[in-house]
Amino acid sequence: MELELRGITKRFGPLVANDGISLSVAPGQVHALLGENGAGKTTLMNVLYGLTQPDEGEIVIDGKPAKFGSPKDAIAAGIGMVHQHFMLVPVFTVAENVTLGIEEADRIGLLDRGKTRDDVRELSHRYGLDVNPDALVEDLPVGIQQRVEIIKALVRNANVLILDEPTAVLTPAETEELFRIVRQLKDGGTSIIFISHKLKEVQSIADTITVLRRGKVVGERTPPATEEDLATLMVGRDVQLRVSKAPARPGDVVLAVADLTVAGEQGDLPVRGLSFDVRAGEILGIAGVQGNGQTELCEALMGLRPTAGGSVTLNGRVLTQASPRDRLRAGVAYVPEDRNVDGLVGPFSVSENLVLDTYDQRPFASGVNLNLKQIAKNAEELIGEFDIRTGSPATPAGTLSGGNQQKVILAREVGREHKVLIASQPTRGLDVGSIEFVHRRIVEQRDHGVAVVIVSSELDEIYALADRIAVMYEGKITGFRGPDVPTAELGRLMAGGADSSGVIEVPSELTDTDGAGGTDVPDAAAAAGAPEATAPQEDS
Amino acid sequence: MTTPPPATGSAATPPPATEEAAKGRNHRPFGEILRQSVLEGNTVTVTVLALFTATVLGGLLVAFTNTAVLHAWGNFFSAPGHAIAAAWDIAVATYVALFQGSVFNPHTISALFQQASISAAIHDGYLSAVFNPLSETAVQATPLILAGLAVALPYQAGMFNIGAQSQFIGGAIVSTWLGYGVSMPFFVHVVVCVLGGFVGGAALGGLAGEIKARTGAHEVIVTIMLNYVMVYFLAYLLSSHSLMQAPGGANAITLPIASNAHLPLLAGTHLRINAGFLIALACAFGVWWLLNRTTTGFEFRSIGANASASRVAGMNVERNWALVMAIGGGLSGLAAATVILGTDFTLNPQSFGTYGIDAITVALLGLGRPGGVVLAGLLFGALHAGSPGMQTTTGTPVQIVQVLAALIVLFVAAPPLVRSIYRLRAARAGGVGTTMSKGWNA
Repeated sequence: MELELRGITKRFGPLVANDGISLSVAPGQVHALLGENGAGKTTLMNVLYGLTQPDEGEIVIDGKPAKFGSPKDAIAAGIGMVHQHFMLVPVFTVAENVTLGIEEADRIGLLDRGKTRDDVRELSHRYGLDVNPDALVEDLPVGIQQRVEIIKALVRNANVLILDEPTAVLTPAETEELFRIVRQLKDGGTSIIFISHKLKEVQSIADTITVLRRGKVVGERTPPATEEDLATLMVGRDVQLRVSKAPARPGDVVLAVADLTVAGEQGDLPVRGLSFDVRAGEILGIAGVQGNGQTELCEALMGLRPTAGGSVTLNGRVLTQASPRDRLRAGVAYVPEDRNVDGLVGPFSVSENLVLDTYDQRPFASGVNLNLKQIAKNAEELIGEFDIRTGSPATPAGTLSGGNQQKVILAREVGREHKVLIASQPTRGLDVGSIEFVHRRIVEQRDHGVAVVIVSSELDEIYALADRIAVMYEGKITGFRGPDVPTAELGRLMAGGADSSGVIEVPSELTDTDGAGGTDVPDAAAAAGAPEATAPQEDS
Repeated sequence: MTTPPPATGSAATPPPATEEAAKGRNHRPFGEILRQSVLEGNTVTVTVLALFTATVLGGLLVAFTNTAVLHAWGNFFSAPGHAIAAAWDIAVATYVALFQGSVFNPHTISALFQQASISAAIHDGYLSAVFNPLSETAVQATPLILAGLAVALPYQAGMFNIGAQSQFIGGAIVSTWLGYGVSMPFFVHVVVCVLGGFVGGAALGGLAGEIKARTGAHEVIVTIMLNYVMVYFLAYLLSSHSLMQAPGGANAITLPIASNAHLPLLAGTHLRINAGFLIALACAFGVWWLLNRTTTGFEFRSIGANASASRVAGMNVERNWALVMAIGGGLSGLAAATVILGTDFTLNPQSFGTYGIDAITVALLGLGRPGGVVLAGLLFGALHAGSPGMQTTTGTPVQIVQVLAALIVLFVAAPPLVRSIYRLRAARAGGVGTTMSKGWNA
């Protein structure tokens, strides 16, 4: 099926979300739509899927104009869509979800469950999807749920499959699997419209790349286009994909974590006897596949989750049992993994969010009185300094774009006294421009002598930032490496390493350059042990 | 709205989007902004329309439950004008009577000027009669405002306080006991009794908050159950002469409180308006100040909007749950104090009336904001104050007022309903505003 969009224009009030967009998708082709958040990708796809009607322009299928009043029309025309947020009923089985809306009944009105099950099994087999039709959707990992969505579209005879930011919720391994499936679908003659803002992914999967910026098509490329070229098209200016940074000049140990063990909710131990330390002026990158205890480690470091053993020491002060507030006061800046849940109060204004953990301190408060003037002044300064794009300081933070939300959090955290910056997945879901900004700020922190810990499951990010890399696997650190360690080596460590017992390996070539590896453990023990005796927990 | 500040230092050069966005936001004429905010159906617009809709429906209800009107409609085809006029007349008469009972009755003015001398008229209470409707509205509104605040304040911290009733009873018990059980000089006594009411309510509210903070038990369940506990505990206290029942009688009622414990009247002996009304207004202001101008209120609002982020920011979420419920309970206890010390002077097993439920209604209608609670309390106070007169002049049952109140709240609580009636656009969520702020990012 040959699909063509001609001059699609869609306006929302004064905003032109799509401005005369034309593109065509050939059969059996992966057509990538690349653009930053808000470039108009999703609006365009909603037009194509019949969710909204365009103000101008037309959709042409096999040379004939088509009008989609609702998704039903689009589905009938052979268009399927996998939304970013899945539209599945969690308590139904895979087969039930697939058949929902197109249920087939036998003569006496009973559901024909057998046929759907066979359909699912057949498709699953043909495209190597590996989905069990009888599994409950709520029990399935995100990657498999996505495949259920794909099956839903295929069962409805989709010839064009729209994937809206399909990798946003996937782990790197799941992403690889998805790409394999996409290639198989393509070989079977299905066209794929692949929406993304990730350059690498688009490079590796697409046959044609259309770049959108602010509602317009700004260019079309075919791989291999350079990443710099695509990024420039997407952002509209030159972008540094790799932040340039001088070699680190590490100072004294600031944060020492020794033998830390954290208990999980189900009596498991997501973090098991983990040790590392971070020096002033260096960035320690903690790499690892999501779900290996990184979240729990960060929460334990912030006092949000009780520790079951070990110690956390900041400049010789033991913080193991300290409350979150005491840790913030002691000089820990924290950028949480999930900014909407843990980082921001959505309905609060930008200026309120900028004092979310300092509102009770001078100059923002005297006694119980809030000093609104100082809070407003602080907001104005930080909004300027961090280039936070907001209508006004009174705008609710929840309505900002992801990049600007992250800037609010970063501005707040590094805007107060701090010695350590712990940032978990600091650029997750951000577009290229914002990533560049956040990375530069983090390196800037390091250069000011802050000890920085970056937890990230994106290897690119680890390579871009870390002066030293620690790899986490099943709650332990499987090794420390220098910043030029080959990817294959990191991959091996992320999968548990050659030595599955989890003993820390000491790479001999690193010991003299940055004090990594072997020197770490004794350091941590000394830092944790000595002050404990002299300055015992002054604040707990 | 201000222009986005210019990018500085190492920040990225602003793409033209910034100027575009700024233009789009700053150069809209005021009229358009006003029109849009009305059309978007924000909460205030919806509330006003809900009041209007309920009034119209209430009028229809009054008209078509009236036997005379129904009779006229029976003869609709012979005299259609008469039927419509009869319905209109009764509805208008009902609302006029409500107004005269709660705000101002012109007859009292003419009565005042028919007296021989003004000074004698004032002495005989003719002047007071002019202000009596307003005084009654204030008296009725006082506990409603305080109890409404008891629900609205915890609501801001993300807690749904269904326990205004139990807290009211707690406050009433302490207040009454201090009122008749101890003897103190004037002024000191009434202050002690008022504070006692706060403490009694705060104990009950704090208990519910503390249970939630320690065990995670949901405050809705806990407060509902405490309501039952307190209703029967009150009945028990009033069942025995050795407890709180007045000696020498079989009635379940306490002794009257000492006259030193009465809240001072504000406008002479003919009018019931008393210092309780000032307490209610002061508390409303106090709650506004607490929420918007103090660090404690910042924590309350932050936790109410996102407890998880508040915890990460170092706030003690559990501590605040207990605290906000204690303060809320105290406000409900104050409501009880104003009733006992201001108008009732004794405590009986029905003293708590329907304040517990009305409190939720008032808080909902007041959109959970202190100023809104005052307005909602005054409105409901006026409905209460006006309903007896309405019944005597038009024969409309007082229950119709409760139906009216229920209709108002129904419409306020279901904004989509009002929006669909008046074809308003949904509020900002997902509207142009969000798309715009999402549209441009660096």
